[in-house]
Amino acid sequence: MTPWRRVGAWVSGLRVRLVLAFAMLGVTTTVAVAGGSYFQARNVILQQAQDAAVMSLTDQLTKLYPIAQLPPTQDDLQLLAQRLSDRESFAVVVYRDMRAQGASEFTDPLTPELRQKVRDGRIAWQRVSLAGQPALLIGTQLALDRPDGTSRPSGVEVYSVRNLVPEQQSIDQLATRAWLTGGLSLVLAVLLALLSARGVLRPVRDLGRAARRLGEGDLSTRLTVRGADELADVARTFNHTAGTLERQVGELRRLESDARRFVADVSHELRTPLAAMTAVTDVLDEEAEHLPGDAGRAARLVSQETQNLTQLVNDLIEISRFDSGTARLALDDVDVAAAVTATLRIRGWLDRVRTELPPGVVARLDPRRLDVIVANLVGNAFRHGAEPVSVRLSADPDWVTIEVADRGPGLAPEVLPHVFDRLYKADTARTRSEGSGLGLAISWENARLHRHGERRGSLVAGNGTHGGAVFTLRLPRETADTGGAR
Amino acid sequence: MSQVLLIEDHQTVRDGLQLALTRQGHTVHAVGTGEQGLERLRTTPSDVVVLDLMLPGMDGFEVCRRIRQLGDLPIIMLTARNDDMDVVAGLEAGADDYVVKPVQARVLEARIRAVLRRTGGDSRRGGDRAGLEQHGALTIDRAALVVSKDGTPVSLAPTELRLLLELSHTPGQVLSRQQLLEAVWEHGYLGDSRLVDACVQRVRAKIEADSSAPVYIQTVRGFGYRFGPL
Repeated sequence: MTPWRRVGAWVSGLRVRLVLAFAMLGVTTTVAVAGGSYFQARNVILQQAQDAAVMSLTDQLTKLYPIAQLPPTQDDLQLLAQRLSDRESFAVVVYRDMRAQGASEFTDPLTPELRQKVRDGRIAWQRVSLAGQPALLIGTQLALDRPDGTSRPSGVEVYSVRNLVPEQQSIDQLATRAWLTGGLSLVLAVLLALLSARGVLRPVRDLGRAARRLGEGDLSTRLTVRGADELADVARTFNHTAGTLERQVGELRRLESDARRFVADVSHELRTPLAAMTAVTDVLDEEAEHLPGDAGRAARLVSQETQNLTQLVNDLIEISRFDSGTARLALDDVDVAAAVTATLRIRGWLDRVRTELPPGVVARLDPRRLDVIVANLVGNAFRHGAEPVSVRLSADPDWVTIEVADRGPGLAPEVLPHVFDRLYKADTARTRSEGSGLGLAISWENARLHRHGERRGSLVAGNGTHGGAVFTLRLPRETADTGGAR
Repeated sequence: MSQVLLIEDHQTVRDGLQLALTRQGHTVHAVGTGEQGLERLRTTPSDVVVLDLMLPGMDGFEVCRRIRQLGDLPIIMLTARNDDMDVVAGLEAGADDYVVKPVQARVLEARIRAVLRRTGGDSRRGGDRAGLEQHGALTIDRAALVVSKDGTPVSLAPTELRLLLELSHTPGQVLSRQQLLEAVWEHGYLGDSRLVDACVQRVRAKIEADSSAPVYIQTVRGFGYRFGPL
């Protein structure tokens, strides 16, 4: 997998998708709720401030200054403006062209529209910014009391500029809280998403792991079924499938081992009559020379086939020992070159085989099994390949390698995967007398029986670069004692 | 020729082996059980016993031990191919050699001859060194084929004696199992090294003070066995 695809898989993974969905939901809800209440609260706060300001202004005006005479003097206006100014607000009082201001550091905040409204006798207000600070500007006209108790507009306009900084601070606090709530709910949403992802993903991961174990051949793998949801259903189905698989494989294995045991038993049963027959084959061979015609041929045939049958039964018994795991190594420290030479010499092949056997290669192995392998490989090379047959020995500190090659037609591609199969015959015309058909299977098992830790003997078939079959035997130089023999 | 006692329970195998060995010139007496075989040995001397390990009644291992108690008569076991443990147990019980059934008469015949040679006078390997050899407490008389320890003769079976003579012929020199198999058992090349190991164990039990810490026949790991150095 490329890094990009891995990232892609991660992004499109269930966990990330769940987290994103939860986060989105959390953020949307928070924005809606917190934002909504922020704006509402803000309006309420401003409204209240406004109302309070208007109220306090009119209060002050009615309480303090019923103006008795018109027109007022500039001093009257100035006094009024100063009386109306305090820490939170300052006042501007205007009468026609005269104006007085409670605090002088501010510029004139009055707009013509506002003034028009006030002149019309209404109470007007406007939010303005004074020197960067929010403020509320309220304007009204002073009423003039008449002696009959009614009042009429006096033409004196009073404007109060009220600082809104405390309200702004409240609103800012509100906004901060909204942000905080949003952030907290986002964190909460992510945590919840992770939690629920874990809840969903754990069974999924367990299922994946169990499926992998099952695939690796551990048929006893089962899942713990938790709850009653869809995932529990999947787990139940998995367990059922695994159970069925285990039963059926067990049944197959039992049948196979029964079949193998049967072959082993039959072979053992055959051995007793064969032992009697084998004991007298020498007698038959000697007498055959003196027997007339057909009788002599028949005697030779019986003798020959008895030996072949014995070979077959012995091979079957040998194979069944590998199958049942009772094959044991009889280890010895062997000079491999000498051993191979002896194998060839005993069978009269020494002059016919090209050997490359460097002396001094000592390995710990079972000499009888090495002999079986080498004799089988060289015998096959003569029988199915063509001369010259060569045997090459090489070694490194860990391995001993023996290569048996011939210059025949080599192994056909369709034959190659089957050369070590039992009773496999590439050439259908081959006769029984040429071997039991178990030779290479036994050699292969013999090679595999040699093992030392991770290193395990092997026998590999292939074709040489110049044609002809090449069998490569590789054995660990040290072989662990499997017990049995000492 | 030689007197062969054949103990084999299967009638046809027994008949076949008797027929073939008789044709080779041996006098074969064949019996079907271990008890009959032991009875026969008490009354009539034999040169070699061919003993099947799978016997009804008293099994081959027990028969083997009883024969060993009677004397140093060579024993060749008949074993089945699948019974590696049997081979080891049989060799520990005192058998000199073994063949795997089914066995051709000439193979068994060759083994019989080899084992008989060990008992006969021609087992005097290294006979040029006449006289007594003294190795520690061990006295080896190559002429008389007698081994004594502290003056007391040690009873060694022919194969055991041959092995000891072979090893003590070249004191201090390591002999591989295969060399010993060729020299003592005449197995050509492909002998079973367990024959050597089992025989060494038996000899050690008879001559060493402590078999687990041998002085005379020492194991040289990875190579073989060596007589001494004392």
